Amino acid sequence: MAFELELISPIEVAKDIALAVQEYTLLAGQSLANFFRRPLYMGDMLQQADLIGVGSLPIVVLTGLSVGALLALNSASTLQRFGGITLIGQLVSLGMVTELGPLITGLMVAGRNASGMASELGSMIVTEQIDAMRALGTDPTKKLITPRIGATAFMLFFLTIIADLLGLIGGYAVAHLIFGLNSRQYWTSVWQILVFRDVFTGLIKPVLFGFIISTVGCYYGMSTRGGTQGVGRSTTQAVVASSVLILVVDFFVTKLIFAIFGYR
Amino acid sequence: MPVLPIEAPAPSVTTPSGYAIEFDNVSIAFDEKVVLQNISFRLPHGETKAVFGVAGSGKSTMLKMAMGLLRPDSGRIFVLGEEVTQMTEDELFELRRRVGIVFQESALFDSLKVYENVGFRLTEEHVPAQEIERRVREVLRFVELERTYDMYPSELSGGMRRRVAIARAIITEPEVLLYDSPTGGLDPVTSNTIIELIMKQRDVYKTSALLVTHRLQDAFTMATHQFDQATNQMVALPKGQHCDVPMSFLILRDSKVIFDGDAHALATSRDEYIREYIS
Repeated sequence: MAFELELISPIEVAKDIALAVQEYTLLAGQSLANFFRRPLYMGDMLQQADLIGVGSLPIVVLTGLSVGALLALNSASTLQRFGGITLIGQLVSLGMVTELGPLITGLMVAGRNASGMASELGSMIVTEQIDAMRALGTDPTKKLITPRIGATAFMLFFLTIIADLLGLIGGYAVAHLIFGLNSRQYWTSVWQILVFRDVFTGLIKPVLFGFIISTVGCYYGMSTRGGTQGVGRSTTQAVVASSVLILVVDFFVTKLIFAIFGYR
Repeated sequence: MPVLPIEAPAPSVTTPSGYAIEFDNVSIAFDEKVVLQNISFRLPHGETKAVFGVAGSGKSTMLKMAMGLLRPDSGRIFVLGEEVTQMTEDELFELRRRVGIVFQESALFDSLKVYENVGFRLTEEHVPAQEIERRVREVLRFVELERTYDMYPSELSGGMRRRVAIARAIITEPEVLLYDSPTGGLDPVTSNTIIELIMKQRDVYKTSALLVTHRLQDAFTMATHQFDQATNQMVALPKGQHCDVPMSFLILRDSKVIFDGDAHALATSRDEYIREYIS
């Protein structure tokens, strides 16, 4: 049996990408505008906040602790060489609060919730539940997407704070138990190194990441075609796209904040 | 299979406000495949029109366009006097409150219980909880499924899900009902129950309806039977007698309407394809 490889025109690919970007932008814009239009589904938003926030807590706790501990462990070997082991708190603090806390939390929640949103909405699409909702006079973007965006952005903010704190605790455990660093010394350096810019950077990122996770997850869910196989494809694409987008946006946000506030 | 009545056609009821649904030269294509081409027909108020066609002939697409869920490439669609093809999504949400639809696979919200599914529209309209419960129970009683009130759709059989979907569609007493293959994939006994239910809705509430089906016998049953409220079951009409509610037929073939008329016209049609189809 001969297999023929179908050649895809680069122009068609470019058109498809442009169309996807346009549809994503429209969906994200409309969902944001829904925050200022009635009805606002507060009940659904609270339910999503519980699913996304409370549901993600265990993985955020575990990854926060691990990343903080690993950061301390890896940086300690270098710091020890220069006799700067006391700086371990500063390194963990800066790393966790400005970068790793928001990033790791974002990626973890993306893996858990962007996939969940894409599969849930995708299943609703293929079983005509979204059409049924529209036919029953309810706007699915208001009822399903806007609450997910609000809940993810809101909860990711607090999850990141929790991850930051646990990262610092993880770092402390390593610094104190393995390298014998004094508690007061560690926590003072943790506190002293942070300035407004660092905290601002660390808290603005999760809001953006939450927006990315929810809009990408919902976009892939709502654009699902082709039955259960399509749902699986959407789920995978949602996780990949949201993770990549988080990393790209993280770079540009960091650069922008450096441009606004200047380097340290 | 019931025999089609071939006596004089029953007069259709057309109110001065126009038609319940009107398609005017509607065309739609998906990925350059023409599904419907220059389709025109009218559904007068109070009439039930059965739509036939082979799989993929655009029957479901037609219903989705009537509901504004799909936009045609060209042509105009009027529902209850309003031009659906010119309306924004927000305007459509208002219109859809006056139209009920039963989807092919029921499309019940699987994470909601039966009473939440049936009362969904009322909940969205902020109707008091007690009123919602009363109306949900009433409509579930109509479809004879009150016992399923607290169950999830996954706990129901295919036929029960269709009946719940009908209950959800009729709870707000819509002016028009759209049925998308309500008996598709069901056994003959269950199909009969669903048809009896649709007939009950037609004869008790006189709702205009578009009934998409691939089962000719369903439409024939509807044309030759009437729902008797006293015995709570459908009864065959005596030969020569018409149902109080007009019934018509529309047949699609090769993206076009090849027949639009009543049972009399259908039974006396000389078109070979139609004769073969109804034989």
